[in-house]
Amino acid sequence: MFTDTLVGLAKKDKDIVAVTTDARGSVTLDAFANQLPAQFVELGIAEQNAVGVAAGLVSAGKKAFVCGPACFYVARSLEQVKVDVAYSANPVKILGVSGGVSYGALGFSHHSLHDIAVLRTFPGMHIVLPSDIHQTKKLVEELVDYPFPVYIRVGRNAVPNVYENENIEFKIGKAYLLLDGDDLTIIGTGETVYHCLQAGKKLHEQGIRARVIDMHTLKPFDREIVEKAARETGKIITVEEHSIFGGLGGAVAEIVAQSTPVPMRILGIPDENSINGTALQIFNHYGIDAEGILKTALLFHSSK
Amino acid sequence: MLKVKESKVKELESLAENIRRKVVEIVFSAKGGHIGGSLSSVDIETVLYFHVMNIDPENPKMENRDRFILSKGHSVEALYAVLETKGFIDQGMLDTYGQFGSKLAGHPTKKIPGVELNSGALGHGLSVGVGMAMAAKMDRKTFKTYVLMGDGEQGEGSIYEAAMSGSHYKLDNLVAIIDRNTLQISGKTEDVMSLEPMRERWEAFGWEVIDMEGNNIQDIMETFDGLDYSNAKPKLLIAHTTKGNGVSFMEKLAKWHHGVPNEEQFNLAITEIDAKIKCLNEE
Repeated sequence: MFTDTLVGLAKKDKDIVAVTTDARGSVTLDAFANQLPAQFVELGIAEQNAVGVAAGLVSAGKKAFVCGPACFYVARSLEQVKVDVAYSANPVKILGVSGGVSYGALGFSHHSLHDIAVLRTFPGMHIVLPSDIHQTKKLVEELVDYPFPVYIRVGRNAVPNVYENENIEFKIGKAYLLLDGDDLTIIGTGETVYHCLQAGKKLHEQGIRARVIDMHTLKPFDREIVEKAARETGKIITVEEHSIFGGLGGAVAEIVAQSTPVPMRILGIPDENSINGTALQIFNHYGIDAEGILKTALLFHSSK
Repeated sequence: MLKVKESKVKELESLAENIRRKVVEIVFSAKGGHIGGSLSSVDIETVLYFHVMNIDPENPKMENRDRFILSKGHSVEALYAVLETKGFIDQGMLDTYGQFGSKLAGHPTKKIPGVELNSGALGHGLSVGVGMAMAAKMDRKTFKTYVLMGDGEQGEGSIYEAAMSGSHYKLDNLVAIIDRNTLQISGKTEDVMSLEPMRERWEAFGWEVIDMEGNNIQDIMETFDGLDYSNAKPKLLIAHTTKGNGVSFMEKLAKWHHGVPNEEQFNLAITEIDAKIKCLNEE
């Protein structure tokens, strides 16, 4: 969906440029490359160069989208992201595909479970994890002329939609309230949002009024919605396809601990090299699918 | 080889010595900096800013301006001195170098008019330069991109990723320069990690390689004047320089990579540079 939307926009705006690193297949850029060869930059397997080149393109007036596997852009080319993009305030858009554990069985080298934690510490860097194709489409439209550097992480596999259609409110930095309630709050980001919503609906069926929030933007962070949830529901569960250190859970904890302390549960990948399997099996193993979230929520709700 | 006017050579030689003087002054007053590599690169930057590049200090963001990236960002004192002399930086601002909260950081930042990239981490500039040169080609703009790298910096692998892409995309509007002063912080480049054969390596990457005397204003001017910007090849100029050039007791010594002169050494350096300036003015 990301690249489909991008092709459509790029046909009308010749300054939009897609940059990739032998990943046109992985990121479904074939259509872009075929239809708009003059706006397509292939750099081979060289992520450091790709990010630097994108910074140069943007600095000279282009709207560059670097597209490739998340695991490489936020590791191999991290210094280019830090210096050439964030520090130099070049509003490059970095699309990290197959993020988190999307690559499943390929193993830990191909998982990106540190990206949110690392990029949050770069001043000026914005981070968005859209939750479904409808939101992704709205996001791409906003990104084209967005004046800041943004890292966008998407998954690899088709996931169920969270939203019914594209007619949704979406703005970078503004979280979305999916389900209202005042017994406890479940906050998800990216692909976990669907699971949070399913768990939330089940909780409502059992008489527990769970609030569910789609925290698609990790930076700038919607602090207000978190503080309100803490005040009104008293308990917060965060769910992320990311290390339990420094990601969504960390960001929420930093806020509530300093303004509205409430008990929390942080669900994510623990401090270990993640297990191999399909993304769904991995989600299930670490309790970040609907079933696992429901289990945690029930225990948490009944705890004092 | 195109001949440049002798009067223009003299004018730039004199400018370069005045810039050298500023470099020594700011390192001395800040009690820190990278003096050796700044002094070796002064002449190259002087020629770029006062002879080669289409730039306007009154309009530093001019759309079709030529771009300069100091990839060896630690040699920032030379760049600041050049930018001040050219009028990008206000008179007096150099005095703040090294002070708490100064806008002039120890490596270039875009807060300073005329600086195109926050550099300092080595091995980044050429990739960004490739992107700029590529954007010019896409938009059919005529601006050129110049990237100055250090020789020790050549150890960074990302440079060779950039080198591949520069020739792959036939970026003949891109000129990379290596300040080949043969010394890096720990000693001779060839002892730390061999960089030779530099020419053959870059030629193998598809670049047009040209040697020049990097502390000889006339040779630098003639080399740039002779560049062919339509031969489908990016250019690499190997600028053979002397680390610490222009201050005889600093020359060819790795310890002056980031050495700071004491008062006696400062006075010696200034006396030597002033004598050179006087001599140039009398000619």
